[in-house]
Amino acid sequence: MSTPDKPAFQLDYGDLKRRHRKAKIFANFCATITWMGVALLAVLLAQVSIDGFKWLDWQFISSFPSRFPAKAGIASALVGTLWLISLIAIISIPIGVATALYLEEFNSKNRLNRLIELNISNLAGVPSIVYGIIGLAVFVRQLGLERSLLSGALTMSLLILPIIIIASREAIKTVPMSIRHAAFALGATRWQTTWAHVLPAASPGILTGVILALSRAIGETAPLIMIGGLTYVAFFPEGPMDSFTALPIQIFNWVARPQQEFHELAAGAIIVLLAVLLLMNAAAIVIRHKAEQKFK
Amino acid sequence: MTTDTYQAVKVSNINKRSTRWAEFLIQSGLGLCALVSIITTIAIIIILGKEGFSFFQHVSPAEFFLGTRWVPLLEPQSFGVLPLVWGTLLVTFGAAVIAIPIGLASAIYLSEYASDRVRSIVKPVLELLAGIPTVVYGFFALTFITPLLKGIFPDIQVFNALSGAIVVGIMVLPMIATLSDNALSAVPQTLRQGAYALGATSYEVTTQVVVPAGLSGVMASFLLAISRAIGETMAVTLAAGATPNISLTFFESIQTMTAYIVQISLGDAPAGGIAYQTLFVVAGLLFVITLILNVLSQKILMRYQEVYD
Repeated sequence: MSTPDKPAFQLDYGDLKRRHRKAKIFANFCATITWMGVALLAVLLAQVSIDGFKWLDWQFISSFPSRFPAKAGIASALVGTLWLISLIAIISIPIGVATALYLEEFNSKNRLNRLIELNISNLAGVPSIVYGIIGLAVFVRQLGLERSLLSGALTMSLLILPIIIIASREAIKTVPMSIRHAAFALGATRWQTTWAHVLPAASPGILTGVILALSRAIGETAPLIMIGGLTYVAFFPEGPMDSFTALPIQIFNWVARPQQEFHELAAGAIIVLLAVLLLMNAAAIVIRHKAEQKFK
Repeated sequence: MTTDTYQAVKVSNINKRSTRWAEFLIQSGLGLCALVSIITTIAIIIILGKEGFSFFQHVSPAEFFLGTRWVPLLEPQSFGVLPLVWGTLLVTFGAAVIAIPIGLASAIYLSEYASDRVRSIVKPVLELLAGIPTVVYGFFALTFITPLLKGIFPDIQVFNALSGAIVVGIMVLPMIATLSDNALSAVPQTLRQGAYALGATSYEVTTQVVVPAGLSGVMASFLLAISRAIGETMAVTLAAGATPNISLTFFESIQTMTAYIVQISLGDAPAGGIAYQTLFVVAGLLFVITLILNVLSQKILMRYQEVYD
């Protein structure tokens, strides 16, 4: 709070009518601005839909990319994205949740753990393209994984780990202490308490965080471009060591071309991407809602 | 809590040796997972540092930090990073000018004026906006904002800093609005009531009581947004162009640090070459700048947060 020698705030007791008018104008101004922001989202979605919907058919979903807009499709990009997201989930969820459990349940507040906590919050702010560079240097070059799905998935996992950890910790924090005390009182070890009670109780929150993190990974483009996701792939990857393309790379590639038709194709691919993201977000909301009801 | 849905505790003998061993192993395993984040940081620093070091054996730091020509691929080469930094600053500045006032106004509306029903609609919409991939914003810039600008300013270039700045501004806006709204909503109701009781109008309460009280959170959200704008890649690559250029206007094509990295990696620079090393130096600079901003925002949050009871 402010120091006593300085008045916290000053009122101009002059023309009350003027002051109220000012307040009203300000309120309306803020409201208008906010609704303009919402309208902007509508414009963005409308723009994408108008451009993209006419290309959206089964042929678009099931074809490989092509030089000819009429024949081009997103099959390999869609499959690549599915591969990528599965690998990312397999890699990042166990590590992320384990880290969160360690920090919340086994943490002894020593120097090292403080360092880990600080470090994670800073990693969350590192630009995605820096992760791309690290992926290029470590996974692609140093470890010799080439420009494969696995390199992409490992890089993306590093990128979303801080998000998963932070969300999981928040979820674990909401589990009431009394549950742990009850388990300990019955003679459970720390891990038994964590595994059988804390984790199940926190799992809806963790799941929500994981889904949001994965949806971030689906849309990330820059790291994949660094890793060298290809822009023209006319086959389906068959294993984690295959080269790949993904939806955001395909979109970038089409948007970067000058022809109008390719921009429209990009809009079509964006609709598919946004639909996937929307589904995941809806799932997260449903899970959160269910969990809230359960605990009430 | 409904305990019946959970498995009851299997009571075991804690003092059994095998149990203790298992506990120890599990705890170590979890600790190892936690170390992944430390290793990531160390890897970032070592890799950026190593390649940066060998870069600076070819190019003097003075040329890099003070030079005004960035021509890494053509002869005669020149490695002055200022044009890239300038491009990033231009876009970030423009984005901040757009996003900060609008974001703050939205936050004020949401926390001070909006009804619960409006809040419950607008908040998820803002979160949705924040979740849209950046490449989609790039598409939006190129197919909507740039043509619009072309209509207003006929002599603007196809790729220009203004379009990039606007789209990055739109992109970080939801972040400022939601984080600032959280900060303002956390200001206790009693402060508002006290001010109203003294005869203040809603405008005076907001500008002289609520915003100053929530200022640490609001400032932190600004810094985070700026750091995000600096690191933003796809939208500026698509909208702002690939011409390293110390441009004094927003109407010309420029290149940001991030767009340069994308450009080089699309061209598949051979490992070990000087072009390959520039990737790491520019990324290192980017890393340091964003890290400073992030740490600063955490410091502001911790030190200046007003504590109410």
